[in-house]
Amino acid sequence: MATITAPSSRQLDRTERQQRRRRNVWSYLAMALFAVIFLFPMVFMFISSLKPDAQILSDVRSLNAFLPVGDLSLDNYRDVFDRVPVARFMINSVLITTLIVVLGLVVNSMCGFALSRLEWKGRGAVLAVVIATLIVPFETIAIPMVYWVSKLPTLVFEGGVPKYDFGWLNTYQVQIIPFIANAFSIFLFTQYFSTIPKSLDEAARIDGAGWFTIYRKIVVPLAGPAFATVAILTFLPAWNSYLWPLMVVQEENLRPVMVGMQYFFQLNPAWGEVMAYTTLITLPVLIVFLSFQRAFVSSVAASGVKG
Amino acid sequence: MASSTTSVAPARPPATPDLARRRSSAGARGERRSGLAMAAPAAILLGLFLIVPVLLAFGLSFTNARLISPNPPRFVGLDNFIRAFTQDPVFLRSVLNTFLFAIVVVPVQAGLGLLLAVLVNQKLRGVTFFRIVYFIPVVTSIVVVSILWKFMYQPTGLINSFIDTMTFGVLQGADWLNNPRTALPAIIVLSIWQAVGFHMLIWLSGLQTIPGELYEAARMDGADAWAQFKNVTWPGLRSTMIFVLVTITISALGLFVQIDVMTQGGPQNSTTTIVYHAVRKGYREQETGYGAAISLIFFVLVLVIALVQRFVTREKD
Repeated sequence: MATITAPSSRQLDRTERQQRRRRNVWSYLAMALFAVIFLFPMVFMFISSLKPDAQILSDVRSLNAFLPVGDLSLDNYRDVFDRVPVARFMINSVLITTLIVVLGLVVNSMCGFALSRLEWKGRGAVLAVVIATLIVPFETIAIPMVYWVSKLPTLVFEGGVPKYDFGWLNTYQVQIIPFIANAFSIFLFTQYFSTIPKSLDEAARIDGAGWFTIYRKIVVPLAGPAFATVAILTFLPAWNSYLWPLMVVQEENLRPVMVGMQYFFQLNPAWGEVMAYTTLITLPVLIVFLSFQRAFVSSVAASGVKG
Repeated sequence: MASSTTSVAPARPPATPDLARRRSSAGARGERRSGLAMAAPAAILLGLFLIVPVLLAFGLSFTNARLISPNPPRFVGLDNFIRAFTQDPVFLRSVLNTFLFAIVVVPVQAGLGLLLAVLVNQKLRGVTFFRIVYFIPVVTSIVVVSILWKFMYQPTGLINSFIDTMTFGVLQGADWLNNPRTALPAIIVLSIWQAVGFHMLIWLSGLQTIPGELYEAARMDGADAWAQFKNVTWPGLRSTMIFVLVTITISALGLFVQIDVMTQGGPQNSTTTIVYHAVRKGYREQETGYGAAISLIFFVLVLVIALVQRFVTREKD
């Protein structure tokens, strides 16, 4: 297969140049074939969302399945909005995702700062916990976690009077608070902060700055890439989360988009409507990805550094 | 530190060793307090929502706890584990299915990811475009992907009409998701399709750490493309390979969403996985104790496999 061929300064003779050209043609063919494989379901989804079911099923036998031809309309989208409160699901998901990402950036970066630059009692223990739990998949603790949050105390307002109650099920907080602190984010911040020279801290200390000021005024402004990486790596799972809200949220107006879609799917909608729903909840992520694709790519690369 | 202290406070007499020591111990105390205060929010949250659930997984798996029950959990010893391995054929089937899934997905996804990475690591016009295209399924939710492929796998769906057209009607497609023989393979295909772009990027970042001079030297020695890959690229990818294999294995063992959306474990439990079974028992049938036991088995499995994989890939050196 093709490999990296850095242009060399020495003169290439003719056969070598021909060989290289032939290899490039094969490379392009292979890359184009893979591009088709990765794109065709997405194109099919988008195009089908514009067609009535009868036409989707007849178009499936030809290339028309991927072409915007025939009876095109936004009817499926209108039906989705008529049948389920999809706008409400969207608002829920945006709210939950934003809070997880923003609060996560603050909490995890402060912890990373303390772990990488300060000496304090308990530092070793916290660092050990962070490293030990890096590989623990959420699925392993999901069941005991449901049990746990169903017992946690919460504040409810009954007729404007605050009172204690038990159980976090069917709330916003149960979808947000457990996911703010993240071992992997703390780990990335700790790694990144330790590359920023400590002499900066010392200079600021002498000028009388407290540690929080050093964090906020010196370290955070220098750690843009780390913040971008953590934001992206926490944004995707938060937006896409499914197993957790499936178990802890039954109330319709608290549902996020993914669980809302599974619920919609069970109403036996037309396929065109399903494709309209999936397009609706995929487009925001796709737009974010395409606008920040460079940051996405380097974030994923950074996540592999720990190996 | 000491010399700069005098430079900011020139009016004062030079600090005596005693004063300096006192000042630095005050600074150390401040440092300890600040460190604790700044780590506290994350540490408390990790304790509440990571450590406690892990401990609960251990604790609950030896009880008959139920999610909603008037009676407090009762200690039942190893009953849940005995039940899983001797009285619950669906659990054993789910272990088998999960392993089958992982055994196919891990090498295929890792290999395909590496192939894609090598392709888009060439100095060719437009490779950035292809990288983005291959990554699009990764940012698409697995819930969306599962529903989309469920549609394509319908008996009269896109996949079957494609097979029909390509083979001029010689080969007939299957009712992919309703046939116990084809359901798991069908899910394997879409799972690889969705996630391979992620590992392409991990491989790519590994490839880019290999210095170009090594290839130059290999070419000087007359190494062809394959020899260059075998002797320069592959040895340079050791640590990347460990990371890729461990992450794919762990996420493959956690297979859940595709099953829940596409087959609900059917037909005839041919696609029930460990996590799906844990959720079915521990949540839907409310047997928290038994579900915790299955989760714990899964947890130990992940841990063992991560350790073994690390050990094996390191020993080959």
